[in-house]
Amino acid sequence: MEEKHVLVIFPHPDDEAFGVAGTILSHTDAGTPVTYVCLTLGEMGRNMGRPVMANRETLPDIRREELEEAARLLGIDDLRKFGMRDKTVEFTDQDALAKRFQEVIEEIEPTTIITFYPGYAVHPDHDATGAAVVQAVRQLKKENRPRIHAIAFAEGSEEEIGDPDVVTDVRQYRDRKLDVIGAHASQTAGLMEQVRGHMEAQDETIEYMLQTERFWTYPIEE
Amino acid sequence: MEKINPSLVQEELNKLAGEPLYIHLETTNGAYASHNDKSMLSAGAFIRNVKLQYKIGKITGPGPYRVGLETEMGWLYSEGLTEWEIDEEGRLLLAGHDAVGRLAIALELSKTPFRK
Ligand SMILES: [Zn+2]
Repeated sequence: MEEKHVLVIFPHPDDEAFGVAGTILSHTDAGTPVTYVCLTLGEMGRNMGRPVMANRETLPDIRREELEEAARLLGIDDLRKFGMRDKTVEFTDQDALAKRFQEVIEEIEPTTIITFYPGYAVHPDHDATGAAVVQAVRQLKKENRPRIHAIAFAEGSEEEIGDPDVVTDVRQYRDRKLDVIGAHASQTAGLMEQVRGHMEAQDETIEYMLQTERFWTYPIEE
Repeated sequence: MEKINPSLVQEELNKLAGEPLYIHLETTNGAYASHNDKSMLSAGAFIRNVKLQYKIGKITGPGPYRVGLETEMGWLYSEGLTEWEIDEEGRLLLAGHDAVGRLAIALELSKTPFRK
């Protein structure tokens, strides 16, 4: 599948790290431009670093810097912060949000959009982001629609929407992906300790996440 | 932030009594609580930049601490506070963190609005 431009749309800094960093690296390494739209700065994150290094008011600036560093590590030159507040995406005007997405889509003409699978992405901000992306794409003329590669990780997703049709082996990017996760230190220090701490007795689910990325092509009906 | 020293916090609460304030109050057990453990209920609330003026403000408890603010018409109550600071903008920030440093509650009082 030839990619001309990939658009990544997520609500939180660090959403791009876990499920997609390897895929993003495969694109940017190949010279395919990647635009990343990040809706919030994760202002309401519960993790404040280990030891605690942030408070509710300093967290946004810390996470902005982490996001910028992660984007740099991913080879993303075009990072767009949408200035929304963490936890509020589902309460915002979805038509207006979909319109903002459409403007980006029309500007950069992505071949693929990577986002969350609405209804199967656990966090309400994730579901709302995916829903607005689907709305934005659905409203485009059929021939102008990029494909949507959506991430689902809610319990029982496979039973309802089937197996992911895009399963990518990102083993070759494992260490760089881990660096991207580590760039979000305020949020991931605990996980990084776990991964770097016991090199032998790795947690299997973490290692699977580092080496495999799974997407569902979202079905857009007429 | 630092471990709460209740007498220092009490001094600050006394200074702010009667002042028109902006409040950020929040409690959460995380959006992933019930995803990670089905027996858990994800529950949380935040209210930001609500205006409030209190008559009496007290910090109590052996630590973790509670703060109660009595207003003309009602109350503000918060529980589980462990850390505090006066930040660079002179705001009184209180928070409660669990054993691994995750925020469980925040109560913040400011004379000027918080960033939306
Ligand atoms: Zn997220």
